[in-house]
Amino acid sequence: SLGTMGNRLQRINVENTEENRRAFREILFSSDASINQSIGGVILFHETLYQKDSSGKPFPALIKEKGIVVGIKLDKGTAPLAGTNGETTIQGLDGLAERCAQYKKDGVDFGKWRAVLKITSTTPSQLAIQENANTLARYASICQQHGLVPIVEPEILPDGDHDLQRCQYVTEKVLAAVYKALNDHHVYLEGTLLKPNMVTAGHSCPKKYTPQDVAVATVTTLLRTVPAAVPGICFLSGGQSEEEASVNLNAMNQSPLPKPWKLTFSYGRALQASALAAWVGKSENKKAAQEAFRKRAQINSLACRGQYVVSGKADTAATQSLFTASYTY
Amino acid sequence: MTHQYPALTAEQKKELSDIALRIVAPGKGILAADESVGHMAKRLNQIGVENTEENRRLYRQILFSADSRVKKCIGGVIFFHETMYQKADDGTPFVQMIKDKGIVVGIKVDKGVVPLAGTDGETTTQGLDGLSERCAQYKKDGADFAKWRCVLKISDNTPSALAIMENANVLARYASICQQNGIVPIVEPEILPDGDHDLKRCQYVTEKVLAAVYKALSDHHVYLEGTLLKPNMVTPGHSCPTKYSPEEIAMATVTALRRTVPPAVPGVTFLSGGQSEEEASINLNAINTCPLMRPWALTFSYGRALQASALSAWRGQRDNATAATEEFVKRAEVNGLAALGKYEGSGDDSGAAGQSLYVANHAY
Repeated sequence: SLGTMGNRLQRINVENTEENRRAFREILFSSDASINQSIGGVILFHETLYQKDSSGKPFPALIKEKGIVVGIKLDKGTAPLAGTNGETTIQGLDGLAERCAQYKKDGVDFGKWRAVLKITSTTPSQLAIQENANTLARYASICQQHGLVPIVEPEILPDGDHDLQRCQYVTEKVLAAVYKALNDHHVYLEGTLLKPNMVTAGHSCPKKYTPQDVAVATVTTLLRTVPAAVPGICFLSGGQSEEEASVNLNAMNQSPLPKPWKLTFSYGRALQASALAAWVGKSENKKAAQEAFRKRAQINSLACRGQYVVSGKADTAATQSLFTASYTY
Repeated sequence: MTHQYPALTAEQKKELSDIALRIVAPGKGILAADESVGHMAKRLNQIGVENTEENRRLYRQILFSADSRVKKCIGGVIFFHETMYQKADDGTPFVQMIKDKGIVVGIKVDKGVVPLAGTDGETTTQGLDGLSERCAQYKKDGADFAKWRCVLKISDNTPSALAIMENANVLARYASICQQNGIVPIVEPEILPDGDHDLKRCQYVTEKVLAAVYKALSDHHVYLEGTLLKPNMVTPGHSCPTKYSPEEIAMATVTALRRTVPPAVPGVTFLSGGQSEEEASINLNAINTCPLMRPWALTFSYGRALQASALSAWRGQRDNATAATEEFVKRAEVNGLAALGKYEGSGDDSGAAGQSLYVANHAY
C-alpha cells in the first residue's frame, strides 16, 4: 500500500511519490523474461494495476507477456475487534464481488487478503481466530465466483518473545479454524493457495533455532492442518532477512517429511530489499537493481526445490533484518 | 486458547504413532471381529447357528487360528469385550494368539447409539462414562488400539448440523481419552449407505462430516499422528438407480479425503458398509490405483467383507473349521493386495464373495 511503500522508500531516502512508486515497480516488471523461471505470480496494489511503463505499456500486460500470473491485493486493512486485547479483523467485503469482476476484466487472475493475529499471553483469542477465519472464507468464496484464485493469508505476527513451540501451537489452531471455515463456506480448495507464516520463535525470543528446527516445526504444523487438496503453500517472509527467508524455505524443501503441496514463497520485503538498496531512486542504477532482484528470485526458486547451496557470503542488504514492529502494512 | 498445555509427552506420542504405523503398514489392514452379542445373533442366524457364548468363541477361533500367511496382510484385529477374555480350545488366550502373529490387538469401546431428541431419527453414540478407567484396563490386558463408531444418515433433512457437531465432538472426546491411556483411537464417523441419493450427495455429506471431525479433533488437542480414520467409502445410496464404476467411487472417495483429512493422519481404514466381499476389495484396489496423490495409507477395516465366506463355509460344524479358516485367509490376502493396488479381481461373482451383504439401516 501507499503507507508501506512510504516506509520502504524512506529507508533508501527516496520520496514517496506516485512516480517513484511507478519507477520502482517498472524496474521489477521490466526484468528479462527469464524471470518467469522463478516467478509464477505477482501481487499488485490497486494503483499499480493501472500504471504503465515508460513506453506506455500497462504493467499487467508487461507481466503477462512473460507468462506470469497477475494478482491483486483485495483487503482494505485491519479494523479493531472491540473487547479484545488489541486484536483486529479485516475489512474489504463490501462490494467485493463487483471489484473482483472488474479486476478479472482488467487482467487479474488471483487475489490476496491478509488477516493478522498476534501472540501474547492472552492472544490470539477464540474470537479473533474465528472472526478472521470467517472473513477469509467469505473473501475466498467471493473470489472464486469471479474466476479469481484466492490466496488465503492468516498471518501470525513474529512480534514477541514466545518460543518455537508456542508459535507452532498457535499456528495449528489458527490453520485448523481457517480450513473449517473454508469448508463451511463451500470453498473449492483445489482453486486456492495458502500464504501462512513459517513457524518461528518470536522476534525477541532469547532462544535461537536452526533452519532445520523451523522447517520441521512448520511442515509438521501444515501436515496436521492443511488438506492435500490445496495445491500450494507460499510463505510470507514476515520480517526475515532475504537470506533467512531463502535458507528457511530451502530447509523445508530438503526436509524428509512428506510434502503433498508445493512449498514456495510469496515474498515482498525478502525479494526486494537488495533491489531497493541498489536503486536508491536513481534511474542509472536500474540494471543493478534488476540484477539484485533477479538474484534473489533465482535463489528462492532453488530454495523451492531444496537446491539452494548457502554460500556463507551473503551481502549486507540480504542479511539485514527487515523486521518492523507490529507490521500492519 | 492461547497457551498449550501439552496433552501428551514425546514418549507417549512416539508410542501412539508407532502403534498406528504398525497397524497400517504397507499391504496390511484390519479384521473387524468386534460384533456385539446382538449383532452376532444376526450373523449366526443367517447360517442356522445358535447364538451361544461357545459358538461365538468357536467362530472367533476359526478366524484367529489362521496361519502365518495373515501376518503380511492383517495389521490389527478389533475385539469385542467378551472376546478379549476368551481362549482357544488349548487354553491359549485369543489376545495372545493374535499378538504372537505380530498383529496389534484392538477393542471396541463405544456403547452403541442413542437418539438425539428433536431430530429426524438421528443419533449420537454413548460410552464416555468411565472410559479412561476402561482404556487403562484394556491396555493392561493387551489392547493397543480402540474403535468407536458414530452413525449418520443421508435423507432430505439429514445429517443435521446438530448430528454432525455432536458426533464429531463425542468422537474427539473418545480419541482424547484413549490417547491419555496409550491407546490409538480409530475414529469412525459412518455415513450409512441407506437411501437413493447419488454419488455426489454422499461426497458432499462426507466432506462436511469429515471437516467437522477434524476440527473437533483439533479443538480437543488430539495428536493426529496417533490416530486412524475409519470412514465409509463415498458411494451412491443403496437404492440409487444410477450405477457407478469402482473408479468413480475411488475418485469421489479420494477427493473427499484429500479435502478434509490432514496428511498427518497415518492411515485411513475403510469400513465395508454392506458391500459384498468382492466389491469391497475391488473398490479398495481402485482407491489405491487412483491417479490422485494420496498422503495416507488407504486400507481396510472389514467385518462382513472379510468374514462372509468363512461363515458360510463353517455353518457351525467343527469339521468345516479348517475350510472356513482358509476362506478367511483368502479374503485377507486379497484385501492385502488391494491395499497395495495390486488386486486384479477374481472374475468370479458367484457364491458368497459376490453376494451383497447389505442389511437395511445397520445399527449394530
